[in-house]
Amino acid sequence: MREISAELIRDTVARLAVEACCRLPESTLNAMRRARERELSPTGRDVLGQLIRNADIAAAENAPICQDTGLAVVFAEIGQDVHITGGLFEDAVNQGVARGYTEGYLRKSSVEEPLFERKNTGDNTPAVIHTRLVAGDRIRLRLAPKGAGSENKGALHMLVPADGLEGVKKAVLETVRHAGASPCPPMVVGVGIGGNMELACLCAKKACARDVESRNPDPRYARLEDELLELVNGLGTGPAGLGGSVTAFKVNVEFCATHIACLPVAVNINCNAARHAEAVL
Amino acid sequence: MPATHHLTTPLSKDDIRKLRIGDLAFISGTVYAARDAAHKRMIEALDRGDPLPFDPRGQIVYYVGPTPAKPGKPIGSAGPTTSGRMDAYTPRLLQLGLAGMIGKGNRSRAVMDAIRDNVCVYFAATGGAAALISRCIKSYVVLAWPELGPEALAAMEVENFPVTVVADCYGGDQYEEGAKPYRRV
Repeated sequence: MREISAELIRDTVARLAVEACCRLPESTLNAMRRARERELSPTGRDVLGQLIRNADIAAAENAPICQDTGLAVVFAEIGQDVHITGGLFEDAVNQGVARGYTEGYLRKSSVEEPLFERKNTGDNTPAVIHTRLVAGDRIRLRLAPKGAGSENKGALHMLVPADGLEGVKKAVLETVRHAGASPCPPMVVGVGIGGNMELACLCAKKACARDVESRNPDPRYARLEDELLELVNGLGTGPAGLGGSVTAFKVNVEFCATHIACLPVAVNINCNAARHAEAVL
Repeated sequence: MPATHHLTTPLSKDDIRKLRIGDLAFISGTVYAARDAAHKRMIEALDRGDPLPFDPRGQIVYYVGPTPAKPGKPIGSAGPTTSGRMDAYTPRLLQLGLAGMIGKGNRSRAVMDAIRDNVCVYFAATGGAAALISRCIKSYVVLAWPELGPEALAAMEVENFPVTVVADCYGGDQYEEGAKPYRRV
């Protein structure tokens, strides 16, 4: 049994929040540079140039890449040989989010209840926490701040098995077409296939938070990622939606087991600021 | 070939008639920061018969909710938010003389019609370029509803704020027209 203090979890989450919001992963920046080389529209190339300059300024000044520093989505893998001391895990994560968003001058975008008062909680808590118990004596924390411009354009399609591969492609394409310019293209499209309603959505979120340089380890799904990217880039939406050949940097697909009668397809879109930061304790 | 314009607020109808979709513009002067909650309050004020916190005639509203300013800076990162969420409120403001909006993303039919009928303009700023855009913003003064935090209504002085015309007063829609040459599906 290895002990990890709640204080360390809190401090790590605070650091990851600022890092994720201010420093674009090198892989996303590389995707922007490659997109600028292959984008056919001059306006699109100009937009990509602005985004690269923006990322450089944000990193140099430790300023948020985007004003929407999002809800703090935390993927936590907790080794079952870990004993967390000095407090509760979720409290530590939320304290870290509150500290990171406050001390890092990040925007607080969380309201405590969705329908009536919509009162801002003031410190961007609560975080959205997805916890898995895994083997080992470590904790892996991945923080992926998620803005609303892209989040609002996601969709869940409860297809049936007869819809098949073509049905999946159509669902993804129509979701991205409908999203238009709002999710700040070029985007990263996260697709979750299988499971039930909530698991498909969680798969899509994981896919969305996955690195742009990663590929699904199953070659059939890796090929689907390529085919979907080709389709999505055929929409012509382009950088900032002003028209162009690069609408998405990447389509990431995650799948899981499903019911004999089900073929759920969830699409979660990430904006051009495909941000995440990770630490292992 | 898209033209480039240098505009200073408030805009005249003649300024607006020169703008075509796809054109670039650099905006200087005062623009008003407002998003979801401030729009809701502006419409509630109008419903009560109260005046707006600013005279909208010829002015531009920027849909933005900035990050907090660091010490010594006028504002934090300040890119555009999705305009469609303001669609329900926009036609009324355009009828009162508002000249235009800066945001991102497609607008409803009712907003596009109101832009054409009232001789207005809708600009897009680059979503995600928030740190870059904040360099164009020289001051940020809250005019009303400070309790809304990043959603408060504020006056901003901007210098050469780069935008693209995405809806013009002739009914043009850059989001539709711009995609056409690149559309394969």
